[in-house]
Amino acid sequence: MQFPWTKTDRPRPSGVDDGDAIVVSGLRKTFGDFVAVDSVDFRVKRGEIFGFLGPNGSGKTTTIRMLCGVIAPTSGGGTVMGYDVVDEPERVRENIGYMSQKFSLFQDLTVDENLRFYSGIYGLTPEKYAERRAYILRMADLEGRENELTGNLSVGWKQRLALGCATIHEPKLIFLDEPTSGVDPTARRQFWELLNDLANEGVTLFVTTHYMDEATHCNRLAFIYRGNIIAEGTPQEVKADLTADTILQIAVDRGEEALAALEGLESVDEGYMQGSLVHVNLGRRTAEDAGLREFLVDHGFEVGAIDRVEPTLEDAFVHLVTQQGGRA
Amino acid sequence: MADRTDSVETAIDVRAITRVFRNVKAVDDVTLAIPRGEVFGLVGPDGAGKSTLIRMLATVLAPTSGDALVFGHSVLTDPHHVKPRIGYMSQAFSLYGDLTVQENLDFFAELRGVPHRDMASRSKRLLEFSGLTEFRTRQAQFLSGGMKQKLALAATLISEPDLLFLDEPTTGVDPVSRREFWRIISGLHRDGITVFVATPYMDEADRCDEIAFMTQGRIILRDTPSGMKGRVPGRVIEVAVNDYRAAMPVLRALPCVHSLEVSGDMLRVLVSKDADACESTLRDALTGAGFTVRHVTPSQTDLEMAFATLIPTAAKNSDTSDADILAVPE
Repeated sequence: MQFPWTKTDRPRPSGVDDGDAIVVSGLRKTFGDFVAVDSVDFRVKRGEIFGFLGPNGSGKTTTIRMLCGVIAPTSGGGTVMGYDVVDEPERVRENIGYMSQKFSLFQDLTVDENLRFYSGIYGLTPEKYAERRAYILRMADLEGRENELTGNLSVGWKQRLALGCATIHEPKLIFLDEPTSGVDPTARRQFWELLNDLANEGVTLFVTTHYMDEATHCNRLAFIYRGNIIAEGTPQEVKADLTADTILQIAVDRGEEALAALEGLESVDEGYMQGSLVHVNLGRRTAEDAGLREFLVDHGFEVGAIDRVEPTLEDAFVHLVTQQGGRA
Repeated sequence: MADRTDSVETAIDVRAITRVFRNVKAVDDVTLAIPRGEVFGLVGPDGAGKSTLIRMLATVLAPTSGDALVFGHSVLTDPHHVKPRIGYMSQAFSLYGDLTVQENLDFFAELRGVPHRDMASRSKRLLEFSGLTEFRTRQAQFLSGGMKQKLALAATLISEPDLLFLDEPTTGVDPVSRREFWRIISGLHRDGITVFVATPYMDEADRCDEIAFMTQGRIILRDTPSGMKGRVPGRVIEVAVNDYRAAMPVLRALPCVHSLEVSGDMLRVLVSKDADACESTLRDALTGAGFTVRHVTPSQTDLEMAFATLIPTAAKNSDTSDADILAVPE
């Protein structure tokens, strides 16, 4: 009999460097009757951008908190940079950076004061602090704003300052929990460029997001849904199940009505709106067999271009969820 | 009660509306007209003033200066003629967790003064509409995030408004529910209801008739989704190359390259419009630097790229001349 609190089912620390930044097996967390994380297994390789994707309430933040050694798992466990998250949470925390959803900045302190605060937490020497401060101000495009109140900065600046504070001690692994929610597209894009630069320097990035399209920036990703991982791999691997299908994008007037009509067809497995365009999945059938243009024209629609398109990651997520009979 | 017989063609007519909190201008002199029957999308970063603008239009917050007419009635001097015509789903819309789906609907029907004889038929229709019929006896606290949002929408619709304000109704909701939610919005659109929706999702903005981008209290861009994409000064080329990260600086150094972004294991490169030979320039530069190029193909501009490209210029110009940027599409 195996009790949840016995640790034999957890992977043991396998030395400082075994190539994987994060190894998780059977990770589970319950709060009373509520299962926040059911049973989660995955690996994150060093130097990769790993996307952890799922809607709100799917268990993303709880998983991050367990990996940072902030809360203890109910059962299962894992290693982060070679350290056991249950037995060595202090060592884990020394070796990681963490940027939370709310950016954890003091709004009533200046940019410089926030940097000095985080430098103090990690015990940087004055020389190291001077070097890191200069680097972060340049990276975040905050040179000349050192004495501005953090609360007065735009969301994009706050986000980059938060990244700077989370990385002031030069961790080799950074957890970013919904780092891009609430910023505009320009700042979002700049932020991903920064993350790419960090990855190029060999830093491992673990990023959660509920924007499915952001996962295209990741080397590998996992979809979490209701506390379970429903897919893991490179963006291409996650979509593999769908790539053999014929997915058509149809420009048509009265899109929703056209969609409703198309969904009644035998040849259409699945249909949905992508922006103002209709997408239909014909499964393994070819576009020629379906005769969709004729069908739509016969029904009085004005049809523009019909193109075969690659599935998006959101398509893959929806496909996986509906396949499992999951109801939203 | 909804009165759809009046002749006002403009659903919302915003006139130089401003709201100041202490010394921060949350909404700064916004002027905007939204035709009846339109789905109007508002996008912008947190703190841009989107919710403050919506609250003023929904008559729950008074403007510091300026005014807005909703179906011809001032939100300032005539709010009791505005309120019965609108529905407002705020970000913090609260349902009663310990009441069932049906009880929540009944409660909001009472609150909005729905005539008793209409209540049963309306809530039946709304439950069907939102796919919640089979859950009508379930307590709201045991609904999934997506179902809660649909119930909140149904509760907002119980008074049969002609104009609906939705403040980020789908943020963080799973993609399946998001799609269902937008199906409902399309249905409302077909029924002629005007929808004013704030959203952080570009694919949702793409489904609106018009979109406005708001930042620092001002609306600095407004257009149809296709108009917005058409304004991008360049075209997009998709590049698949063996080591895309190492290839990025090589491409950035080319004069015809405006900007680029990573998309999966490929790069989307924005090049200047007149650069005819750009495909071969990109290919030659990469091959010359020792990369293996899988393909270089023309691609479509998407809304995210349009915004990322247009916002910096629009933000710079918004202090000087509003007229050029706020060109209303014909």
